[in-house]
Amino acid sequence: MRLINIKPGPALALFLVLLPFAAVLVAYAVGSDIRLTANPSDKLLPAPGTVGDTMMRLLTEGDRRTGRILFWYDTWASLQRLWLGIAISASVGLVFGLLIGLFPLMRSLLAQFVAVLSMIPPLALLPILFIVFGLGELSKVVLIVVGTLPFIIRDLSQRTYEIPQELLVKAQTLGASSWVIAIRVALPQVMPRLIQAVRLSLGPAWLFLIAAEAIAADLGLGYRIFLVRRYLAMDVILTYVIWITILAFAMDWLLRWASRRFYPWAEEGL
Amino acid sequence: MSFVTVRDLFQTYGNRPIIERVNVDVAEGEFISIVGASGCGKSTFLRLLLAQERPTRGEIRIDGAEPAREPGLDRGIVFQRYSVFPHMTVRDNIVAGESFRAGWGRFFGDAAKAARDRADQTLARIGLDHVADNYPATLSGGMQQRLAIAQALAAKPRVLLLDEPFGALDPGTRLSMHDFLQDLRAETGMTVFMVTHDLEEAFKLGDRVLVFDKPRWDPHDPSRYGATITYDFDARDGGIPFQTLKENIHVPEPH
Ligand SMILES: Nc1ncnc2c1ncn2[C@@H]1O[C@H](COP(=O)(O)OP(=O)(O)OP(=O)(O)O)[C@@H](O)[C@H]1O
Ligand SMILES: [Mg+2]
Repeated sequence: MRLINIKPGPALALFLVLLPFAAVLVAYAVGSDIRLTANPSDKLLPAPGTVGDTMMRLLTEGDRRTGRILFWYDTWASLQRLWLGIAISASVGLVFGLLIGLFPLMRSLLAQFVAVLSMIPPLALLPILFIVFGLGELSKVVLIVVGTLPFIIRDLSQRTYEIPQELLVKAQTLGASSWVIAIRVALPQVMPRLIQAVRLSLGPAWLFLIAAEAIAADLGLGYRIFLVRRYLAMDVILTYVIWITILAFAMDWLLRWASRRFYPWAEEGL
Repeated sequence: MSFVTVRDLFQTYGNRPIIERVNVDVAEGEFISIVGASGCGKSTFLRLLLAQERPTRGEIRIDGAEPAREPGLDRGIVFQRYSVFPHMTVRDNIVAGESFRAGWGRFFGDAAKAARDRADQTLARIGLDHVADNYPATLSGGMQQRLAIAQALAAKPRVLLLDEPFGALDPGTRLSMHDFLQDLRAETGMTVFMVTHDLEEAFKLGDRVLVFDKPRWDPHDPSRYGATITYDFDARDGGIPFQTLKENIHVPEPH
């Protein structure tokens, strides 16, 4: 039988899904064990147990000075910045994507402009953002917006442009104005694409968030990681990295769920 | 009295003529079948009738009005594919036929309920009431085309354009679609243009059958000349082909 025709049963599928996770855990445990046997004070690969203890401490114990559990404050600060940036990108991207995709005049006016803008490396703009918007929340949110908006605009304008001409003509023969075509035909058709584009943008958004926090912040997941780096606190860093991964995965899952739930007519492969 | 008047119509893409010198008069309520070889410009002719594109030369008038500049309420269309909105339920697709002309493209309150009831009546009549809440993608090809025709008719166009509407259907479904279309036509008395590749269908449904073909042929450059109406058959008497040739046709010279 050809390899392309061999499909795993449910049990084997689950085993295969879990296998790489288990492999990484085992590899880490073994590596950590080897290093710790050679040098018990080694800080590079703390034992899984140590990481677990640190995790518990971070999640439950307050700061010595203020009594605040910094882990949750960091999470809250970062999530706020991330959501705000993504929300702005998504709504502005949706509006401009529809404008560019639907109206030839807008396409002539903006398509090339956005294409050029999207080539600017956002991190290179970071110093400018700090100078213009200060070191506060605004510059971090703006960095996320700058980093994700051009992609969302380009993706959505392309998707809007790809709506079959037949549907737009059909709507016109039913007497629809440009406005009605935009909100009743184009908007619902690109909404699942918007969710898709946001899912793809989450990776870059986290990157820009952590970069901005690493450079100037007093709270936030990225800030904490780069702070404890000085003490080589690998257990803390690992806890934060795992937590960020879980958050990112949960967001991705939530968006995919929303897409299926609210746009069941759109068969999405991803 | 001519309702749809086509005068000296030319359409050229780049320097490639597709349609040339098309002249035709259609009375209100006539059913026009259009046949012709693949790629000879039948869909192009429909797009011109629809005002989806503008002709290079010539004009099309409906009821003596100025030539239309863009698609509008007076002309409805059913394509072979992509004719219904995939993101709306079957019922909403019918409602859209009435509501898209409203400012927000939808009805509110009592008007919405009334439109829904009318849509449900329509769906019951075309045998789609049991799938009213489904999305079109879950429907069979024949059901989708029935829906598309009912949606176009909900807007009450004066001219209905059909581009190979039954091209992808099996023979049985096709026959029931013929009955469906003939019933609707008896009811509304609408002017219809239908492109088809099925001669039998063309003569069965049509009052007239227009044949598009190239009257001139350059063996070294087949795309040099465009197509025009070469035959205009009267197809009214029981749908038996080849009865009365109408006058003023361009009978092609034998090659
Ligand atoms: N927008 C366009 N630009 C350039 N060429 C076009 C365009 N639309 C159609 N054509 C060409 O015009 C010719 C006629 O196309 P049309 O779709 O009208 O043919 P048709 O008679 O409907 O064929 P079929 O029976 O296959 O549907 C084709 O050769 C096609 O390639
Ligand atoms: Mg065609």
